[in-house]
Amino acid sequence: MTHQDTGVGWPEEHHPAKPEPSPEPSPQPEPLSEPSAEPVEWDVDAAGDAAGDAEPALEKAAPAPHRQRRISVAGAAIGLLLVLLGFAFVVQLRSRASDEQQLSSARPEDLVRILSDLDARKDRLSQEISQLQTTQQQLAAGSQGRQAALDAAAKRARDLGILAGTLPAQGPGIQVQFLPGGQGLKSAVILDAVQELRDAGAEALELDGGNGTTVRIVASSWFVDAGGGGLEVDGQLLTGQYALTAIGDPQTMRTALNIPGGVVDRVHNAGGNVIVNEPGTVRVTALHQAGTPHYARPAG
Amino acid sequence: MFAVLALVVGVVLGAIFEPSVPLALQPYLPIAVVAALDAVFGGIRAKLDGIFDDKQFVVSFVSNVLVAALIVFLGDKLGVGSQLSTGVVVVLGVRIFGNVAGIRRRLFRA
Repeated sequence: MTHQDTGVGWPEEHHPAKPEPSPEPSPQPEPLSEPSAEPVEWDVDAAGDAAGDAEPALEKAAPAPHRQRRISVAGAAIGLLLVLLGFAFVVQLRSRASDEQQLSSARPEDLVRILSDLDARKDRLSQEISQLQTTQQQLAAGSQGRQAALDAAAKRARDLGILAGTLPAQGPGIQVQFLPGGQGLKSAVILDAVQELRDAGAEALELDGGNGTTVRIVASSWFVDAGGGGLEVDGQLLTGQYALTAIGDPQTMRTALNIPGGVVDRVHNAGGNVIVNEPGTVRVTALHQAGTPHYARPAG
Repeated sequence: MFAVLALVVGVVLGAIFEPSVPLALQPYLPIAVVAALDAVFGGIRAKLDGIFDDKQFVVSFVSNVLVAALIVFLGDKLGVGSQLSTGVVVVLGVRIFGNVAGIRRRLFRA
């Protein structure tokens, strides 16, 4: 075993090869006289160990041109091989470093194992994907439903706010100006006008007084003749010329005011005048302060 | 010194060019490298023993590489490529250990 490992690939020959100088006579024992210091040191050791007394003599005896040729041929071959070895070594290291190269150099059974691993992982991930998608759909549906409910509630709140007089409104409508006659306007006339307009489909109403006070007319509004000839509406005093602004169908409201025995007739009879304007879009900006009901509660 | 220089030159070349191993050579390159390493260690040991020979080194280097590659090639063809390359690596590893043991005995006398 030991003598086999001694040489590289020539286990048997080295014992006879050493003493026999036959094929190439000159540099057989130490062919490469390298210029480095280290091998020489070890050569000294080797010389002391094994019978190496003849080696330096042989080397010196070698003719110079012959040695030169040996180095040029065999040394070049050895150098080339070692360059190749280093090259291949580094290339192999590099190729192992990258993952794809590792895969492409893997054996079929390894590839099959890797593939089945990946398949199992893919199955798990697809399950996770479908679960997450279901959750996402549920959440989206929930949020959509909530958004729709919110929108509907907001719209309802806007509609109710306009009806209850807590939100400003604008739209097609008319402006009715009351020019009082000598005896002024009674609250009953204004109330009649408001009722007629409501009957004609007015959705938002406000009453402007000549003194700059504006009152939103809502379902609970009340009208009382004030002491000094003015008009008290919902606790606020209005004087001077009154103007009603109503949002609704202009034609219907104008007709409703002009019916025989209606508001216009009565004002005319009292010596006053009524001017109905249709400015197109009117704005009702006065607000009614809605209080919380004390007794009524939502039922059902 | 000259051999170490050549080895370094090869390493530097490989590091500079960074070639990718052709697909056909990929199963053989690692085995070939191990076989060449075995030859190099054998050569070092022979050198220390004072029995180094240029021609034998070159021939053994080349034949080691070729035989290792041939064995792996045959193994691949027979469907036992992985087992045979494992066997080749084991055998070459044993030889490398033996050679290193020889070098160690020569250097440290232990």
